[in-house]
Amino acid sequence: MNLPKDLEDIRQEIEGYAQDYGLDFFETFFEILDFKQLNEVASFMGFPNRYPHWRFGMEYERLSKSFAYGLHRIYEMVINNDPCYAYLLQCNNYVDQKIVMAHVYGHCDFFKNNFWFSKTNRKMMDEMANHATKVRKYIDKHGYSEVENFIDVCLSIDDLIDRHSPFIERHGRKPVSTLENGEEDKTVKKIKSKDYMDEYINPEQFLQDQKRRLDEERVQRRSFPEKPEKDILLSLIETAPLENWQRDILELIREESYYFAPQGQTKIMNEGWATYWHSTIMTQRALQDCELIDYADHHSGTVATQPTRVNPYKLGLELFKDIEDRWNKGKFGKDYEECEDINEKKNWDKKLGLGREKIFEVRKIYNDVTFIDTFMTEEFCRDQKLFAYKYDAEQNAYVISDREFKKVKQQLLFSLTNFGQPLIYVKEANHENRGELYLEHRHEGIDLKIDYAKATMENIQKIWSRPVYLETAVEGRGRLLGFDGHKHTERNLGP
Amino acid sequence: MATLKIEQDHNRFRQIVRGKVKQDLRKYISHEQLIGRKGRDLISIPVPQIDIPTFRFSPQSQGGVGQGEGESGTPIAAGEADGAGEAGNLPGEHLMEVDITLEELAQILGEELELPKIQPKGAERIQVEKDRYSAVRRTGPESLRHFKRTYKEALKRQIASGVYNHRNPVILPIREDKRYLSWKTKPRPECNALIVYMMDVSGSMGDEQKEIVRIETFWIDTWLRSQYKGLVTRYIVHDAAAKEVTEEQFYHLRESGGTMISSAYNYLNKMIDEEYDLEQWNIYGFHFSDGDNWSGGDTDKCLALLEKELLLKVNLFCYGQVESAYGSGEFYRELEEGLDSQENLVTSKIQSKEDIYASIKDFLGRGK
Repeated sequence: MNLPKDLEDIRQEIEGYAQDYGLDFFETFFEILDFKQLNEVASFMGFPNRYPHWRFGMEYERLSKSFAYGLHRIYEMVINNDPCYAYLLQCNNYVDQKIVMAHVYGHCDFFKNNFWFSKTNRKMMDEMANHATKVRKYIDKHGYSEVENFIDVCLSIDDLIDRHSPFIERHGRKPVSTLENGEEDKTVKKIKSKDYMDEYINPEQFLQDQKRRLDEERVQRRSFPEKPEKDILLSLIETAPLENWQRDILELIREESYYFAPQGQTKIMNEGWATYWHSTIMTQRALQDCELIDYADHHSGTVATQPTRVNPYKLGLELFKDIEDRWNKGKFGKDYEECEDINEKKNWDKKLGLGREKIFEVRKIYNDVTFIDTFMTEEFCRDQKLFAYKYDAEQNAYVISDREFKKVKQQLLFSLTNFGQPLIYVKEANHENRGELYLEHRHEGIDLKIDYAKATMENIQKIWSRPVYLETAVEGRGRLLGFDGHKHTERNLGP
Repeated sequence: MATLKIEQDHNRFRQIVRGKVKQDLRKYISHEQLIGRKGRDLISIPVPQIDIPTFRFSPQSQGGVGQGEGESGTPIAAGEADGAGEAGNLPGEHLMEVDITLEELAQILGEELELPKIQPKGAERIQVEKDRYSAVRRTGPESLRHFKRTYKEALKRQIASGVYNHRNPVILPIREDKRYLSWKTKPRPECNALIVYMMDVSGSMGDEQKEIVRIETFWIDTWLRSQYKGLVTRYIVHDAAAKEVTEEQFYHLRESGGTMISSAYNYLNKMIDEEYDLEQWNIYGFHFSDGDNWSGGDTDKCLALLEKELLLKVNLFCYGQVESAYGSGEFYRELEEGLDSQENLVTSKIQSKEDIYASIKDFLGRGK
C-alpha cells in the first residue's frame, strides 16, 4: 500500500538519513493502521494473519483495555521479513511518525545484519499465512475444540527448543555397523611395559577405571537419545505417537518458536540499536525546532525506567552510547585496563574515533548475553544505577539486594541466558525400557515453579502418551516428578 | 470498516472467560468484591489471568535486575499474595479485569443456578407503542437537524464534485445534504416489576448480617433486571415500626429497639394498594430478618397478613432468615408451619455467605 504523499515525503527523508549513516536494511514498507487494527496486528505479534487461537484474543483484550485507559500505547511495530513490514498509527502526529520510521530503520538494519537472525525465515509473512491456512483446514476436518486443545498443549512446551540449534550443522546418523572398527570388541588394554614395571604402570585401580568407563560408554550407546537432547519439540515430533495433523501443527509451532527466538535473544541490543538510531537521526538531522518538545516527551517515555525490571530500550541505548564513547576515546585494551589512576582513566582520550565503526561491528556479531558480558563495565553499572533484587519472605516483598557490579552482572546475565527459561533436556526417551520419557532440569540454583511444572508435564504426557518424568531439585534436594496420565507422583532422589 | 480477523479469537477468549466466571460463580456470589464494580450496564470482574503452563522459575527464588535509586533492602514491589495457586500481583501475573454486561452476568447466573425464565403477568395485555428518536430522514424541522450527518453528506458531495479545497475547507450544506433526526415507532410489551426489599434493622442485626443481605440483593436485582424492562426497587426498614428509606440508608441504618415484623408487612400492603395497579405490576417482596419477633401475637398477625393480603397480590414473597447470635430464629419455623402450602412464599435460611448461592436458587428457582 502506498503512503499518502505527506508521509511518503517524510519516509524518503528519513530513509535517506538512515542510508547516509550507513544503515543497511531490506526494503521497508510502512502501512497505516488505526488503533484497532494496530492492536490486532500487535496481538498477532506483528503479523496480519495467524492461526486461530484464543490467546491472541486475550492479548487483544489486554491491549485494547490499556490503550483505552491511556496506560500504554504502541508506537512502532516491525516484522523481520524481506521486505520488512512496519506499521504506523494513523492518529500519530508527524514528529511521532518520524521517530517511528527512524526507529524502524534501526530494527530493519539489525534484522538484516545481526548474526543471530541470519538463519530466520525471511519470508515469514507468507509462512505465517500458510500456517493459518493449514490450521484452519485441520479445524474444518477435526473440529475447533480438538485442534484448539492440541494447540494449547503445544504452546505449553513451545519454548523447549534449542536456541543454538539453527547453527548446528546436522550430519546424518553415524554408521551403525560395528564390524569395521570393531568397537564392540573393545577391551581394557594394558599399557605396554616391562614385566617388572607392570605393577606400577598398570595398577589394578587403573584397569578397573578403564573397564568402568568402557562399560558406561556401552550403556550410553544403548540409551536413546545418546546425549541429552535440548530440542524437546524435535524429539517429540520425531518419536511421539502423534497423528499426522498433530505432528504438522507441532512442527509449525516449533518453526514459529525458532523464528521468534532471536528476537528474544537480542531484545536489549535490538531495541537499543533502534533507539540509538532514532535519537541520532532525529536530533542530528530530522528534528525541526517546533517538534522538539513532542520529541523529548516521546523519547523520554521510551527510555523511562522502572525499579522492577530493566528497560531494554534504555539499557541497550546507554550501552551502545558507552561503547561508542569508549572506542572514540580509546578507553579499552591493556593500557586502559591496567591504569589505576581514577582521574587519568576518567579523562582518558586518545581521540581514536573508532566508536561508530565499533558499534556497527557489535550489532553484527553479539547477542544480549555476550553483549552484556563483554561491554558492561563497573562504571557503566554504577552510572546507570543498576541493582539486583530478590524476594524477601519477611517483608513479602521484592527488595534491592545488591549494587555490587559482579552480582548485578551475574544476575542480569542469568536472566538472559536461555531467555530466562530453565534448561530442560530429554535424557531418555525409553526410560527403564518402558517407553517412558525422562526429562532432566539442569538445576542452576533456582527452583522450578512446581505447579506449573506439573501442569506442563500433563501436557507433555498428552503428546507422549506414556508416563513422563522430570528430574529437578527442590530446596537443594533432588526430586523426581512423574505423571502417568492419571496421577502425579513425587519422590526424593539421592541422599 | 471490515471486521477484524482478531474478532474470532477475541470472541473465543470471551467465551472462555465467561466459562471461568460460570465455573467460579459460587465464589463470586459469596464475596462482596463485585459490588462497587458495577456500572450502568457493565460490571468489571477480576478473573485470574488465563495462563498456558510452561516450565518456568519460581518467582520467589528468582529475583532480577532493576534500575533506580534506593539503598540495599529497599522494597521495590510487593510479593505474591498468600495462598499457593492463587494468582499473585507480580508483574506479569495480574488479575485481569474483564468487562461483562449485567445482562450477560444474569445469563450466567441463570444458567448456572438453572433459574427458569420468569413468565411475567400482564405481558400480553399491555402493549405500548414507544417512539424513539433513532432514525434519520431527509426532511424535518431545523431544530432536529443532525449536524454531523449533514456535514458528512455535504463533505462527500463537495469532494465528489471537486468543489472541496483543502486549503480553504469550507463546507456549505445545500438542501439535499441535510439530514434530520426522526423517530421510529416500536410496539413493545410493557411489563413492570416492583421489588420491595424489607429488612429488620433492630439491634440484633449486625454488620455481618447486613453484608449478607447486601450481597444477596445485588444478585436478585441482577437477575430480575434481566427479566423485566421497567424495574422499580423500593426499600423498607423496620424495627417496631416500619418506614421507607433510600438504598443507601437501607444498608447502613441501624436502630435499636424491638421488632415487629407485621409493621413492615402492613406498610408494604398499604404501598401496593395505594400506588400499584395489580394488573400491570409484577410485585416481589423480599424480607430479611434474624427471625426474632416481638411476640407470638405479632407473628400471627404477619401470617394472617401474608395469607389474606400479600400473597394474593405478589408474584413472589421471599423470606430470608439471616443467622445472628441474638436472634431466636422462631419466625422461620412459624412461617414454615403456618403457610407451608402457599406456593409463592419462599423461605430460606442463610447462615453465612456461603449459603447465599443456595438461597438465591431457592428464591428465584420458581420462575415467578
